[in-house]
Amino acid sequence: MDGSLPLPTKLAERASLGKRIWRNWELYLFVAPALIYFILFHYLPMYGIQIAFKNFMPAKGVMDSPWVGFAHFERFFHSYYFWDLIWNTFGISLYALAVGFPLPIILALAFNEAKNGLFKKSVQTVTYAPHFISVVVMAGMIITFLSPSSGIIIKILEWVGIDAPQFLTDPRWFKTVYVLSEVWQSAGWGTIIYLAALAGVDPQLHEAAIVDGASRFKRVLHINLPTIVPTITIMLILNMGNILGVGFEKILLLQNSLNMESSDVISTFVYRTGLVDAQYSFSTAVGLFNSVINAILLILVNRIAKRTSETSLW
Amino acid sequence: MNPANSAIKASKGDKIFMFIVYLFLAIALVVVLYPLIYILSASISSPKLVNAGEMWLLPKGITWDGYTLVFQNSKIWSGYLNTIIYTVLGTALNLVVTLPAAYALSRSDFVGRTFFVIIILVTMFFNGGLVPTYLVVKDLHLINTMGALILPVAVSVWNLIVARTFFQTTIPRELQEAAQIDGCTNLRLFTRVVLPLSFPIIAVMALFYGVAHWNSYLPSLLYLNDAAKYPLQMVLRQILVLQEMTAETTGAAISGDIAKAMNSKAETASLLKYAVIVVSTLPIIAVYPFLQRYFVQGVMIGSVKG
Repeated sequence: MDGSLPLPTKLAERASLGKRIWRNWELYLFVAPALIYFILFHYLPMYGIQIAFKNFMPAKGVMDSPWVGFAHFERFFHSYYFWDLIWNTFGISLYALAVGFPLPIILALAFNEAKNGLFKKSVQTVTYAPHFISVVVMAGMIITFLSPSSGIIIKILEWVGIDAPQFLTDPRWFKTVYVLSEVWQSAGWGTIIYLAALAGVDPQLHEAAIVDGASRFKRVLHINLPTIVPTITIMLILNMGNILGVGFEKILLLQNSLNMESSDVISTFVYRTGLVDAQYSFSTAVGLFNSVINAILLILVNRIAKRTSETSLW
Repeated sequence: MNPANSAIKASKGDKIFMFIVYLFLAIALVVVLYPLIYILSASISSPKLVNAGEMWLLPKGITWDGYTLVFQNSKIWSGYLNTIIYTVLGTALNLVVTLPAAYALSRSDFVGRTFFVIIILVTMFFNGGLVPTYLVVKDLHLINTMGALILPVAVSVWNLIVARTFFQTTIPRELQEAAQIDGCTNLRLFTRVVLPLSFPIIAVMALFYGVAHWNSYLPSLLYLNDAAKYPLQMVLRQILVLQEMTAETTGAAISGDIAKAMNSKAETASLLKYAVIVVSTLPIIAVYPFLQRYFVQGVMIGSVKG
């Protein structure tokens, strides 16, 4: 309490740093639990990354384990599975991006054109719903639907007259199964953010275009689409920044010894070597490699976006 | 405005365009809805007909045995109970940590907020990775405890930003200043003035966090080794993905009548699978249409850049 100094000079200093902090001391208590959480569960693990350059021994702890430099990285780069992992990780993400990224945009543009009736509302409600299905149930559905003996998708393909492949055990099909199920689950939900952007389209533009005789399709193409380009760019940057972090949880669940050659990605490999085989240092090194590539991609794409469209994350 | 005029002028091409739009939406509807209806139907259909591919859309040979199996299965029950506990406690912790922090960070007169925001945002793009995080959880003696499922996910950065944006844009600053001039402390201001005005964001946060807890399986896979503590999703993983139809999951629990009705273990297994998918997803799907607007609101607030 320093209210005992009612001097004019003190009043002028009312906004001094110390006082401004003191006046809101309770707000520091408000952020404290969150801050402790971030330090404990995010910054402490970042500190632990150093074991990627050490031979981590649990008995010695992170600090006292001996340094080995880049040995674990070299082992990873020279391993025979290195290129497979890289190819699978990039392959699945780029495939998912190519198929899964445009669909919510097209769907949102279609929603935006449809009349605000019961039909539109039901399609929205239904297409949003799969977003809330857990990844375990999703994997269970995929396995059940693609079961060679009784799966409904196999039955439908047979009925159409197509020889159904062994979707889950043939490595050539894994990526497609992953990507299409991803699209089924998330395309509808993904429209929300674009619909929010579309709500900002200036109606006067449409009125002017109608007067000029533009067709609906032309207006979608030349008014609606350009309006949401900044949102599209941001979403693309965010997606690119996470390109090596693809659907770890779902891939882990769908993986089996037969599709491994096309389903093993860096994150599942990190899980297996790290927590299943307890090669802590090696696995951390592989994980770090993954994060570094992600960060580089994020920065790179952000820079390209900034140059070309003046939209960027920072 | 002359709608008649523009309608006539644009009619042909626009009609075709609108037809394509509605056709596209109809296809989307069918593609998404069909698997959902199929599962619902299969869960109450005779497994023989389902496996033979004779059940296409509506249930055939109605039987409730799948649900009987689910309700007799002690693993599913204990998983359900565990999940409810983890979801309730976890969500409560999430709210208690996230909302005050988000509020503090929304205040422009809070010295150091940019610093705190940066510290928090960094974790969105960089993290320690699986093993270092695991080691921290282990050093904190959380392995095989409920804490391992709740504490490492106490705050989601995304949700924190969404809540902060809400406080910034929705609660008038003048109102807060007026309360402060009347001698209201920050704590009272938050609990008596801000929170009562923030029902929408509290609902959104509770929903987002709650669904995440309900659907989560990875933390339990990483940090739990006692099967009695498994949440529902881990039990589902055993049944749906690992296809562990052990005596405990199927045979032992079946009463005489049901056992007679079942010709093979595989049939039991597939029936149980469909039923278990429905039972585990039902709570969310059932409340979802009523809560949809809150979810959508949450995503929209988040998309307004904070």
